[in-house]
Amino acid sequence: MNPMASPRALSEQEIHGRRGRPITDRDATDISRVEELSYELKVHEVMTSDVRVAAPDMPISEVLEILRTNRISGVPVLDNERLAGVISIEDIVRAMRDGKLSALVSEYMTRKLVTVLSYDPIFKALQAFTESRLGRLVVVDENGRLAGMITKGDITRGVLLALQRDYKEEELRRYRASHLFEDIISDRTTLVLRYNIKAQDFIHGGNASSHIKRALLRLGADPQIARRCGIAVYEAEMNLIIHTNRGGILKTEVEPHRITMSTVDDGPGIPNIEQVLQAGYSTASEQVREMGFGAGMGLVNIKRCVDKMEIESAVGKGTRLTMRIHIPEQNSSLQKD
Amino acid sequence: MNLQQIIEQLELTILTEPRDFASIYPVGGYTSDLLSCVMAGAKGNYIWVTLQSHLNIVAVAGLLEVAAVIITENAQPDAATIAKANEQGVTLLSTPKTTYEIDGRLWELGIRLPA
Repeated sequence: MNPMASPRALSEQEIHGRRGRPITDRDATDISRVEELSYELKVHEVMTSDVRVAAPDMPISEVLEILRTNRISGVPVLDNERLAGVISIEDIVRAMRDGKLSALVSEYMTRKLVTVLSYDPIFKALQAFTESRLGRLVVVDENGRLAGMITKGDITRGVLLALQRDYKEEELRRYRASHLFEDIISDRTTLVLRYNIKAQDFIHGGNASSHIKRALLRLGADPQIARRCGIAVYEAEMNLIIHTNRGGILKTEVEPHRITMSTVDDGPGIPNIEQVLQAGYSTASEQVREMGFGAGMGLVNIKRCVDKMEIESAVGKGTRLTMRIHIPEQNSSLQKD
Repeated sequence: MNLQQIIEQLELTILTEPRDFASIYPVGGYTSDLLSCVMAGAKGNYIWVTLQSHLNIVAVAGLLEVAAVIITENAQPDAATIAKANEQGVTLLSTPKTTYEIDGRLWELGIRLPA
């Protein structure tokens, strides 16, 4: 589809450059994205700028012909570049009722104008549609000069195009990422994602895990595997936040045949590893428990989600946790053919 | 039973941005205030019932892709939590009822556990 074929189409570059934020799977069915777009999209991006106009001294029969051949229901009236009003089918019906199709536009046109500004967000136009109950609005520029016309249909089309744009953006990202391992030739390609996790930073708790899961999906990992990694890495991330002195580093290494996640911190270290592996054992403070952490299930959960888990720890030195998930062949585009 | 019907039947307050709740069909439910238990017990498209209302429920709900979180006894998440939920596409619902009552009502409505 060539968007330039229609004067109503909005410039793809424009949207691309300004937003380009990929959307989540859930956004797809999300009405709020449309609401967001009604603020992001501007009237001039969706309006028809190539508009037919009438003049005040034009006979109404001539306007009728313009409306008929262009299949539109109204046109603005320009008096020497100046916007004088609008003449629509309803006005023409009034003229017909009076049997005066040869009368001049100035006699029957609507002088009370409802206009929107071309650089207004489209929600302003939607508001004006609701308030005025009109089907089309005149768009003016900052000098009050005619810039175009906008209908509800233009808005719908513009929003749909923008949504489609968002989709393409995410698809493209996914496509690019999922071919990473095929496109880069080496004996062994590894993609390393590194996150610095701060101690006690509950505000950002889980962010790294969400990003890792998202990255894996983009790389073409099986959703089930991405979810297992997400859960394991979340528990590990929260352990850094809850239990370490100074936070630590969370690392995920993605290879075509396996995903290795690890955390490294510099203390306090675990005195008894056997103990922390028991379900229900926790050293979390009362305060942290009140937030719902410290169930003593973190490492148990990790073990359940990954194929291999290793903990090395030295009191006073720190802890290293390594988790590994193997990617079964033909299960993922992470695999090379 | 879709999420829209559940929201109506249980008179839940929607805290996050509206989405097409009628197209979401929860397949089960899980109740706990301990996040790691939720990580282990709740699954995608479950309803999670909890008293917790702080920011970290969003990460858990988002990673698990639960259908919605019902926060009981009028516990109020703060603005940052709601904003993050919107960002991650997580639906937060609220009720003055207790967790016990909500679980019972959900079970009655046929939200049980997948076979």
